[in-house]
Amino acid sequence: MLTIAGREFRSRLFGGTGKFASAEVMRDALVASGTEMVTVALRRVDLADPADDIMRVLDRERYLLLPNTSGARDAREAIRLAHLARAAGGTPWLKLEVTPDPRTLLPDPVETLKATEELVKDGFIVLPYMNADPILALRLQDAGAAAVMPLGSPIGTNQGIVTAFQVRIIIEQARVPVVVDAGLGAPSHAAQAMEMGADAVLVNTAIAVSGDPVRMARAFAMAVAAGRDAYEAGLGEARENAAASSPETGLDFLR
Amino acid sequence: MFVTPEFESLRSAVAGATEADVRRALESIRPGERDLAALLSPAAEPFLAAMASRSAAATGQRFGKTIQIYAPLYVSNLCANRCLYCGFSAENRIDRRALSLDEAEAEAVLLQKRGFNHLLLVSGEAPAVGVEYLEALALRLRDRFAAISIEVQPLETEGYARLFRAGITGVAVYQETYDRVTYGRMHPAGPKSDYVYRLATPARGAAAGLREVGIGFLLGLSDWRAEGLAVGLHLAWLRKAFWRTAFTVSFPRMRPAAGGFQPPQPVNERQLTQLLFALRIFDPDLGLVLSTREDARYRDGMIGLGPTRYSAGSCTAPGGYGSPDGSAGEQFSVGDHRSIDEVCAAIRAKGFDPVRKDWDAVFQQTAA
Amino acid sequence: MSHSMKIVCNGVERVCAPQTKLVDLLCDLGLEPDTVVVECDGVILRREAYDTHLLTDGSVLELIRFVGGG
Repeated sequence: MLTIAGREFRSRLFGGTGKFASAEVMRDALVASGTEMVTVALRRVDLADPADDIMRVLDRERYLLLPNTSGARDAREAIRLAHLARAAGGTPWLKLEVTPDPRTLLPDPVETLKATEELVKDGFIVLPYMNADPILALRLQDAGAAAVMPLGSPIGTNQGIVTAFQVRIIIEQARVPVVVDAGLGAPSHAAQAMEMGADAVLVNTAIAVSGDPVRMARAFAMAVAAGRDAYEAGLGEARENAAASSPETGLDFLR
Repeated sequence: MFVTPEFESLRSAVAGATEADVRRALESIRPGERDLAALLSPAAEPFLAAMASRSAAATGQRFGKTIQIYAPLYVSNLCANRCLYCGFSAENRIDRRALSLDEAEAEAVLLQKRGFNHLLLVSGEAPAVGVEYLEALALRLRDRFAAISIEVQPLETEGYARLFRAGITGVAVYQETYDRVTYGRMHPAGPKSDYVYRLATPARGAAAGLREVGIGFLLGLSDWRAEGLAVGLHLAWLRKAFWRTAFTVSFPRMRPAAGGFQPPQPVNERQLTQLLFALRIFDPDLGLVLSTREDARYRDGMIGLGPTRYSAGSCTAPGGYGSPDGSAGEQFSVGDHRSIDEVCAAIRAKGFDPVRKDWDAVFQQTAA
Repeated sequence: MSHSMKIVCNGVERVCAPQTKLVDLLCDLGLEPDTVVVECDGVILRREAYDTHLLTDGSVLELIRFVGGG
């Protein structure tokens, strides 16, 4: 059972709510995914369409809401959004996203760490989105992050776990759950993350823009479960050549 | 806090390992605790050569072809404890000596002239050699040595922090035995009888900001395989909790000492070797220390196979460097009697670089 | 003598009657108060305050709600 900040999750697939064709498709896809936690963003109300409210179709009995600070370009903006999120949703849970570069949407490590430190002190349950930097992951954990969310590849690029080498180190050293987030374009990517030992994954784009989001959501759910089962069953690793280099002296000196 | 698992469970974990487990461990890219247990098990004994190969490869990759050289400086053999196995036990009638700051500094200068740049200050457990003394000594020595570690009684975190600010870079504190029952028997009286306090000491040192922490156990007190697994678990816990700290493991193996203590479960050379290789394979970044308890033949043979740090020209009696025929009691009898120059020559003869010269010191010399 | 007030709402200037309560403005805009978080002059208002908070001339309001996001 996955536990983050004392809360248990049966599903290790977290869902995003962005980029769906309609609220109804989003609703059905999230149900199909089996997820128990979904991200939402914060934006100005569209006064031309006041009835458009995603919360009409997001059942908070079913999903733990994880507001994100998408759009924030520095710690100050992220902290402001965090407070708005807490007021809007009545929840201290927060996906911290600080992305100053609108082209790549890569997270700013310095601002993310700064914001994490302050938000943790202020009682937020902070899940920071980060590049797959093992030292940064440790610093964020030292600062009190409830989990760390290293990216597989930049948001929306669907390239899979380009950062596998670093993600492995993060998993090895982690004292909190590791959620691989961003860039998981196919169920096999999600399975790979789980096989590596990730505690969960977050998927948005790949499901939302697929031709059949409900079906894709189900596929991701199966992949996450499969990857986790394999990890817990004990994968046969790629092997190292044990006779890589024989010492020139043997062990004849031993008595 | 690290809590040692039940020693019986460690024993059975090691005893239950099969040949298949050993093979898997040898080929694993990222060996885990089960792999360590397998490598420590009797089933791994026929695989010593393969373990040597893996250990040598991992050591070379991480540490290159170098061996660090250090000298122990015993500043006092006064001790309040009565550890059954130790030459310094309060029970033993030996000449007791605690060096004054001037005397300790003089010994250190001698060592520096002989070419040492890494020092290990050692003492028994006595009020005379507390934080104040060590702090004062560190302040005197910090400009002469690249690294100064201490192997003294367990201190509080604040004590380690003070010493760090004074110039101490590392602490070595061995649990002696992770087997609680044996621990109780071996340490019947004195502050050292507190198993839990001692076990938490490496963490205090790391928390205080010391750059390097050394752990280990005394080979010969209890089941070395289970102890090896315990030290591996302790190490893994420490690494997780203190990711900024470097770690070493030492392998003090019981040698004759005043008092004639006979180790209950003596460890032979092949077993010491298996233990060392197992830990190297389990943790490629770990410093592995072999002191002069082991003889020249063994230490020379092991160059390149796993160890990364050797002491040399050691004297385990306070004041012994300046007065080699002095009467102060030794902690243990040395096995490798060679001088630093001889040890370095032997290291070079094997194609390795004995690291004793500090980069800064060389730089200062050429700048002058 | 009553005159209308000017406020800024989501970046757009609006006119409204003096002594307008925030909750009434939200209703006028077709918004369920519970679904919106309000920042007035940079300060996040508590939900309980919507019923009593009176808008003043020059108030800058941000009306924010959750939307889809990853």
